[in-house]
Amino acid sequence: MYDLGYSRPASIAEALELLQQDDMAQLISGGQTLMPVLRARLAAPSQLVDIARLDDLRQIRLIDLGIEIGAGMTHAEVAASPIVRAKVPALAALAGGIGDAQIRHRGTIGGSIANNDPAACYPSAVIALGARVKTNLRMLDAEAFFAGMFTTALEPGEIVTAVQFPACVEACYLKFRNPASRFALVGVFAARLGSEHRIAIIGGGNGVFRWHEAEQHLDRGADIDGLDAVPLDLSNFTGDIHGSAEYRRHIATVITRRALATLS
Amino acid sequence: MNETVSNGKFGQSVKRVEDARLITGRGRFVDDLVFLGQTYAAFVRSPYAHAAIAGIDLASAQDMPGVIRIFTGRELADAGLPPLPSGWNLSSTDGTPARVGLHHALAVDAIRFVGEPVALVIAETRDQARDAADAVLVEYQELPTVVDLAAAIADGAPQLHDGIAQNRAFEWEIGSSAEVEAAFAAATRRVTLNLRNNRLIPNAIEPRAINVQWSAFDQAMTIHLTHQNPIGMRGFFAFMLGLPSENNLRVVSPDVGGGFGSKAPAYAEEFAVAFAAKMLDRPVKWTAERSESFLTDAHGRDHLTTAELAMDDDGRFLGLRVHTLANLGAYISTSNALVVSYMYATMLSGQYAIPAIHARVEGVYTNTCPVDAYRGAGRPEAAYLIERLANLAAREIGVDQAEIRRRNFIRQFPYQTPLIYCYDSGDYEGCLDAALGLADYAGFGARKAESQARGKLRGIGLSAYVEACGIGPSKLLASLGGGGAMWESCEIRVQPGGSIEVLTGAHNHGQGHQTVYAQIVSERFGVPMNSINVVQGDTDRIQAGTGTYGSRASVGLSAAVHSCDKIVAKGRAIVAHMLEVDLADVVFADGIYSSAASNRTVAFVEMAQAAHGAASFPTDQIEPGLVATSFFDPPNFTYPAGVHVCEVEIDPETGVVEVVAFNAADDFGNVANPLIVEGQVHGGVTQGIAQALWENALYDPDNAQLMTASYMDYGMPRADSLPEFGLCFWPSPTPVNPLGMKGCGEAGAIGAPPAVINAVCDALGMDHIDMPASSEKIWQLCRARENS
Repeated sequence: MYDLGYSRPASIAEALELLQQDDMAQLISGGQTLMPVLRARLAAPSQLVDIARLDDLRQIRLIDLGIEIGAGMTHAEVAASPIVRAKVPALAALAGGIGDAQIRHRGTIGGSIANNDPAACYPSAVIALGARVKTNLRMLDAEAFFAGMFTTALEPGEIVTAVQFPACVEACYLKFRNPASRFALVGVFAARLGSEHRIAIIGGGNGVFRWHEAEQHLDRGADIDGLDAVPLDLSNFTGDIHGSAEYRRHIATVITRRALATLS
Repeated sequence: MNETVSNGKFGQSVKRVEDARLITGRGRFVDDLVFLGQTYAAFVRSPYAHAAIAGIDLASAQDMPGVIRIFTGRELADAGLPPLPSGWNLSSTDGTPARVGLHHALAVDAIRFVGEPVALVIAETRDQARDAADAVLVEYQELPTVVDLAAAIADGAPQLHDGIAQNRAFEWEIGSSAEVEAAFAAATRRVTLNLRNNRLIPNAIEPRAINVQWSAFDQAMTIHLTHQNPIGMRGFFAFMLGLPSENNLRVVSPDVGGGFGSKAPAYAEEFAVAFAAKMLDRPVKWTAERSESFLTDAHGRDHLTTAELAMDDDGRFLGLRVHTLANLGAYISTSNALVVSYMYATMLSGQYAIPAIHARVEGVYTNTCPVDAYRGAGRPEAAYLIERLANLAAREIGVDQAEIRRRNFIRQFPYQTPLIYCYDSGDYEGCLDAALGLADYAGFGARKAESQARGKLRGIGLSAYVEACGIGPSKLLASLGGGGAMWESCEIRVQPGGSIEVLTGAHNHGQGHQTVYAQIVSERFGVPMNSINVVQGDTDRIQAGTGTYGSRASVGLSAAVHSCDKIVAKGRAIVAHMLEVDLADVVFADGIYSSAASNRTVAFVEMAQAAHGAASFPTDQIEPGLVATSFFDPPNFTYPAGVHVCEVEIDPETGVVEVVAFNAADDFGNVANPLIVEGQVHGGVTQGIAQALWENALYDPDNAQLMTASYMDYGMPRADSLPEFGLCFWPSPTPVNPLGMKGCGEAGAIGAPPAVINAVCDALGMDHIDMPASSEKIWQLCRARENS
């Protein structure tokens, strides 16, 4: 790690001020992506501005839409939250399956979606459920927030403060783990919102995306076994030493079918 | 913890006495040590796999804060640091010595694998050393690279070392090709197998580390080193550093956090650091970062093999022909010439009576990290080959995989194989039956049907391995090209108060020596375990030693037994005087000396007091004090063997293999501590399953970059991917050492890979799949079969 400073502001406003004063400052939340990057000397920020413990970012509450989860809530807290478990049980299950116990007690939902790793789990739920991302400046629809791998609509000086999810008990997240990293080689969040089906896929390599053809197939009342014949564009997937694009696409189809089979 | 205050006993499952300290963070490792005036080292490493060094610009790095000095390879070589020594002199079949590519501690003119050290930065802090290492500018002229074994020996392949054509270091053979030709001519059936034994990265939990102190005044050096053989390293370092004698060097290995063989070689970085410390006259410490461990800790395995097995119509093995290309990496690491030849090809007879065997091994340089011993070191490669061939043979003949083994087992011991080894003892069929019983082999059909009902493919695989442990005798190893020195020593010192020190040259890096040595001495002397300290890993304290590798506990413990016997015998002579009885009448049992001729008895501790007091016996006949030293040179190797049974379930839709059951019956001879031995088997089997399914060191064929250089990409095994193991022991004690022990350290890593792949092939109804049997590979195979 290169030498760097560390500050823990008492408020979002103070954090923004620090960022404004220092171009090279870097926000840190749970640090589960940033710390390994720093340790490997792949980044050299001047200072870390730690917002993981800000009270404003640390609550889970009921709202009209469903639930609002503060950006600083850890995966373990989301997984254990009675509110999340009651209103969006698949989201609690997703959070409880991220990384390992240590990662789940440090990593946060805000950090995960702001980083938008193409293999991260949360973006699939955010997209599939049509969640809304709240920042210090505005409210963004899920589809407008993610902009390809490691890229979001966040502007300089903009901080994710919470994510709002609709209540949804008919949803399931399944992931096929990369045997080395245990990240998702492919992950699928399948949900039924009223009469509408939503399927979001992560792990393809280019960032989270929806499988619209499958959604339409299901909305028409077609059988889930017929999914194998539904087109899924290969260009959504890239290959690496852990799996070719073709294999990832195949796994996406298989686990979509398996996820849907768990819905009532 | 209560076990330690009671007496130990050979064969008892005593909990490890070292664990409380280690698991509560009170271990003492090399990186924990900081000396007065401490400096820190960081290496500049090549980002390329093959390049000429056109220039090194140190100017900006030298001016950075805290930098003390930066060394280049040229500078160290000019100052007298010789190239790394080869630990094994192997000759090709035509008698020419192995062509050894010069390996400098820091590259001088060229680098030959990614991560090879080019310069060494010494600074006041670790971060300053790293910062300055980043600022060293090396001008490389890239050269073409070669990773693939077949490509490396092809005409026109990029050449790594001057004068070593086609990258061939040696072409070595063993066995009789004429006899094998005759066997094949007479055979009616044969099977052929081409396989790759995948390259592995050892991943000891504690990375390599060294801290070197030099005293210019008395020309004396102390090296703290994480190593499996600190006593043996003394000679290597004394030679490399040009010290006046070994007496000018002390080597200490404190706690060592795992090795699996990767802490047995003598490494370039450690020599460079030690040499630099001598030039600077300040302590220098280096601890590898995990990414450095991936790139530069000696890797394991990496064979490309073609084999043919000749049989009669009943499946009786008549002849075996093997040709192996062994990837040496860019240089020949310390023991690797031995590992790929005598540790590998000599084991190709397996548990079977095969009248004719011939094996040819070519050692090949490639632009990859040097390879060396890794848990099993040659023996897993042999067992994998013969056990895969056995299953192919069963398919060819149309008999069950257990039956083909029964038809070919060696049943008479001692058994002289056609390949040097003489197996001393064993009960291969008994072991097989025990393993099949554990695994409920008879019930497999029902389980397979149940899996099928759930859409899963179930398979069962056997492997019947034999290996060679407790390496020795010295004379044999010397005749094969080594330096001999395959003994181990043990000194036992009984203090006047009755406490006991056991000094061994073996070095514990996870094996539980502190417990097992104490168990044995405790039993022999009839004293509590907590009165015994096991001392290791310090050339200032240990009389002599050869380290820990190749399951050598039987060698070191045999030396301990002999020292115990000497102490007990001396005690009898002392007690005879104390009781005023004839020596022949003194007996020793359960810690008490007694004689039928006397009502008095003498406890071991009283005898020890008397030995030091030296007042109750004539010191012209019996020397005072109570110290005994023994060296044990084993008269033969030991040959642990066993049968492993793996059961897998495959999801044909995804290709994912799940190991649903793993059972093993092992013959380790007598077992000193079943609890520790079971732990060794658990770890070994885990590594073996991991090789078969997940672990794979992968170099980019285009530029020889290591593509699996972190835990993001290198598939380590995890507990949640493993079943509960079912183990039993099926001992045939060996006559070659006084304890009848054979060794257990490598067994799991040897037996498991073929058992897993045999199970996968059984599930899929296929001849062969190369390791690792990744889910995509299996999915592609299933799909190809569906489409055909």
